[in-house]
Amino acid sequence: MKVAVCVSHVPDTATKVKIGQDEKHIDPAGVVFIINPYDEFAVEEALKTKEKFGGEVVAISVGNDNSKETLRKALAMGVDKGILLKTDKSLDSFGIAKALAEELKNQQFDIVFMGKQSVDYDDSIVGQLTSEFLGYSCISNAVYLNIEGQKVIAEREIEGGKEVVESELPVVITTQKGLNEPRYASLKGIMASKKKEILEKPIVETANHTEVVKMRKPAAKQPGRIIGTDVSAVPELVKLLHEEAKVI
Amino acid sequence: MSKVVLAILEQRENKLKKVSFEVVSFSKSLASKLNTEVVGVVIGNEIENINDISKYGISRVLHYKNESLTNYSASAYTDLVYEAVKETDAEYLIFGDTALGKDLAPRVGARIDAGCIMDIVSNDFTGDSPVFTRPVYAGKALIDVKFNSDKKIVTIRPNVFKAQTSDVPQELKIETREVSNPNLKTKVVEYKKSEGKLDVAEADIIVSGGRGLKAPENFNLVENLADVLGAAVGASRAAVDAGWRPHREQVGQTGKTVSPSLYIACGISGAIQHLAGMSSSKYIVAINKDKDAPIFTVADYGIAGDVFEILPALTEEIKKAKA
Repeated sequence: MKVAVCVSHVPDTATKVKIGQDEKHIDPAGVVFIINPYDEFAVEEALKTKEKFGGEVVAISVGNDNSKETLRKALAMGVDKGILLKTDKSLDSFGIAKALAEELKNQQFDIVFMGKQSVDYDDSIVGQLTSEFLGYSCISNAVYLNIEGQKVIAEREIEGGKEVVESELPVVITTQKGLNEPRYASLKGIMASKKKEILEKPIVETANHTEVVKMRKPAAKQPGRIIGTDVSAVPELVKLLHEEAKVI
Repeated sequence: MSKVVLAILEQRENKLKKVSFEVVSFSKSLASKLNTEVVGVVIGNEIENINDISKYGISRVLHYKNESLTNYSASAYTDLVYEAVKETDAEYLIFGDTALGKDLAPRVGARIDAGCIMDIVSNDFTGDSPVFTRPVYAGKALIDVKFNSDKKIVTIRPNVFKAQTSDVPQELKIETREVSNPNLKTKVVEYKKSEGKLDVAEADIIVSGGRGLKAPENFNLVENLADVLGAAVGASRAAVDAGWRPHREQVGQTGKTVSPSLYIACGISGAIQHLAGMSSSKYIVAINKDKDAPIFTVADYGIAGDVFEILPALTEEIKKAKA
């Protein structure tokens, strides 16, 4: 089985976002970057798929040199090799998916995994776009996956429940928390990753279809008041919710 | 007149979802800026409440119909929306930012070479080209975005844009297209409803619990309050990671971003990831024994006390108020 996993290098979720001087991106000063948390489920599932069916797992990332850190993390978890599709530009999801698809289509992968969204732009669309560019099936937001022959059965999380989806290989699966428990990179894995290859390629240039005019902070919420420290405050709270907020 | 706006309507179990009416209203306002018409698109079998959309001022709907289209099929739905785009030469497509919308919109986008602006929460139609605003970093920042592509796809966050009924009654023309051989390569074969009642992503009131509840069984205090309010139960990441609650209830970055009318945080200190996911709620109540907890910086009303005493009292008080 030829398995690809796409990973993205993103600010840690603990980041306090500051708007950059260009007012279009965040200020990266002091920001710690990590592998996108949803991509860890993708790496884990890719490795499990290889363990079950044999084959090779290739991790691919679109980004600048810093993304190599995230590729190394995937290699340390057990991925066989990495590809960095190098660009210093900030691409929208459409551009990222185009770049990924251009690379993926040459290598005829059976399955492509990636996180259901990256925790920076939260678009949740790169997997679906990529699948369509490749002519692959796609199941997004997967919390369960089973492959039998060419048949793919997955469960995806939706409002108020789950959908059981049937599809066929080749397929793009976007991964949601709950699918698996990502393994930790062992010391051996970390050492081995240093010897693994990361191939660098320029991306195929595409024009962005969307353009950020301005990034800004949401209006700060005015802190309210603490109305008490014990049960005696409860009637007052209910009164406020009913009469002032009018929400109950 | 410029090219039409397609309002992609979503049905589940043969009923149009509430977000579909929001999509229609939003499409109407965009179409009036562009001086064009809205055409609705619905895919499914018999749709019970299809006539309801005429109230929202729409007069033409393309209904792609086949028994096997009741459940979502990414492959078939993509083909059919693509058909609708070809037929109407639409410029804009509007979807609800739901599990289905998130899956389908980009598939269509890739096929028609359209940019996608997802999960918008506001818009500005006053300038030359429409600008759409969406949260990023789970709500820690907002971006104003415009299109550079000819075809354009927008998904709107549910419960944010109002579904507005129209003063002018419209005669609704439903054009039914029997679909003979839908491409069911990828299809939903079963819908498993979760045993919990309401989903946090769709609820108007959410009662959430965190590590301050100390043990999973203590979540019954949260559930009892949620019951009397008709609210959904949410949880902090700490409570989910501890295995106390299922992931679908997690609110915050790496969980769900929510904006209900009322959010009650119980025993949640307010990690930055949690605050990002719920700060846009209309009213926030925090109950936490540490008066310096960050949750109080976003709460409209707080009680700096013991959740184990306050929750039962609050449940009783609301019961009384509702009686």
